[in-house]
Amino acid sequence: MSLDDLYRRVIMDHYQQPRNRGQIEDGSITVDLNNPTCGDRVSVQMRVKNGIIEEAMFEGEGCSISMASASMMTETVKGLDVERAVYLVDLFSRMMQGEEIDTEEFPLEDIEALQGVAKFPARIKCATLAWKALEKGAKESAN
Amino acid sequence: MSQYIKDFPILDQQVNGNPLIYLDSGATSQKPFKVIEAVETYYKTMNSNVHRGVHTLGSRATDAYEGAREKVRRFINAGSTQEIIFNRGTTTGLNLVASSYARENLKEGDEILISPSEHHSNLIPWQQVAKVTGATLKYFELEPDGTLDLNKAKAAITDRTKLVAIAQVSNVLGTVFPVKELAGWVHAKGGVIVIDAAQSVPHMKVDVQDLDCDFLAFSGHKMVGPTGIGVLYGKEALLNAMEPIEFGGEMISTVGLYDSDWKELPWKFEGGTPIIAGAVGLGAAVDYLESIGMDTIDAHDRHLVAYAMERMGELEGVSMYGPRKDRTGMVTFNLDTVHPHDLATVLDAEGIAIRAGHHCCQPLMRWLEVTATARASFYLYNNESDIDRLVAGLKKAKEYFGNVFR
Repeated sequence: MSLDDLYRRVIMDHYQQPRNRGQIEDGSITVDLNNPTCGDRVSVQMRVKNGIIEEAMFEGEGCSISMASASMMTETVKGLDVERAVYLVDLFSRMMQGEEIDTEEFPLEDIEALQGVAKFPARIKCATLAWKALEKGAKESAN
Repeated sequence: MSQYIKDFPILDQQVNGNPLIYLDSGATSQKPFKVIEAVETYYKTMNSNVHRGVHTLGSRATDAYEGAREKVRRFINAGSTQEIIFNRGTTTGLNLVASSYARENLKEGDEILISPSEHHSNLIPWQQVAKVTGATLKYFELEPDGTLDLNKAKAAITDRTKLVAIAQVSNVLGTVFPVKELAGWVHAKGGVIVIDAAQSVPHMKVDVQDLDCDFLAFSGHKMVGPTGIGVLYGKEALLNAMEPIEFGGEMISTVGLYDSDWKELPWKFEGGTPIIAGAVGLGAAVDYLESIGMDTIDAHDRHLVAYAMERMGELEGVSMYGPRKDRTGMVTFNLDTVHPHDLATVLDAEGIAIRAGHHCCQPLMRWLEVTATARASFYLYNNESDIDRLVAGLKKAKEYFGNVFR
């Protein structure tokens, strides 16, 4: 087990300079989730129009993995349709279980750096928190 | 004191390529051979249900179970085994007092007084009691170092205070709270005191008659005993007047079609087949701790805390929480801006197990103005060299995150 598998440079970059951190002004869905065992907290906001996620932002408190993962998630889903976003949540969750992901199906980009989390079982929940919030928000938008 | 490491088989292993340093005894302690063997011997030679079988195994199991109760009674110096109720742990004990005693005896206008540093298990039951009875939940004011000012604490206890609930040792700050003084003051006003002793009984001599506490709850697994067994001590007169909250087998005397009555203490609070093997293991844990001596363990654990605070204080960027003195069991801290989870992962790679998070104390985290902390907690099998390894690990973490953050 090497720490460098977990703390890749791109993760620390997202942690220190999170993308899409803040609040959306108008017409958005907000999902607050926390991890009660450790206290990590994330609030994901998204504006969905005609089934497309036009905007996604987050706020929260937590470790480098949870915050970097939230940052990457918002970058990835912006502009996607809701169904696709929900599908990516499933792919991401499978990646965290150690499954190989077809990168043609899911262009990973920065997210690739989170693959190492699978080797640290105690940290998987950190990585999936924001994605679970996204999934919940996406499902709410369909109602 | 490091001589005791050899009694704990689990500590003789490598974790992530390094010798295991276990600094999470505040969450649960490790178990010595004596306890593991006692549970094994119980299952191999006497397993049976208690208080019912006419057969020989039934008597052996009953003797072992009730023998463990007597050991616990002596260990905390209770007046009688009727005052020793076996249950699942501290949480269950505190909830029994809340659900049976407090819901029955508290009413609107009464006050429950607790500390903001309480573990969720000594906080939420009282929130619920307040909601159901209309009593008001109030908090002691903590000093900036996480202690109580005796004068302020005394003044906070009024004629309205019907119940004070407090940990004898905080599971985050390590503060040793003056529960004996609090007991005297609350009794003078006609109330009762409930002590969460989960972090004190493992580390120091606790004498319930000397403290004059009304209820005191603790867990076996934090004092080298098995998981799943705990103890609620209560004064006989109070327990006698209380109704059980679990009904069924084991706790009844006569059962009719429309009405039943209960066994005498302590069994009326032990509905269902009890945690027999757990109690036997707890008895062995008491024997083990007594063979070393609680005063020896107390001095050792306090020394480790003082040594850790001194060594960690030499490191730049370490913030420690809680008082400088009168504390035991643990050091809770943060390192620079490194999140405690990240810190715990780096230390784990070094074979060092610590706790990171809110420690079941969310209100206290807000009081400390942090979202999470790291906690290194100590017990008789730890020694100074473990703390030296921790400090080396912290230096490594500082260096590691210093590099990746750059």
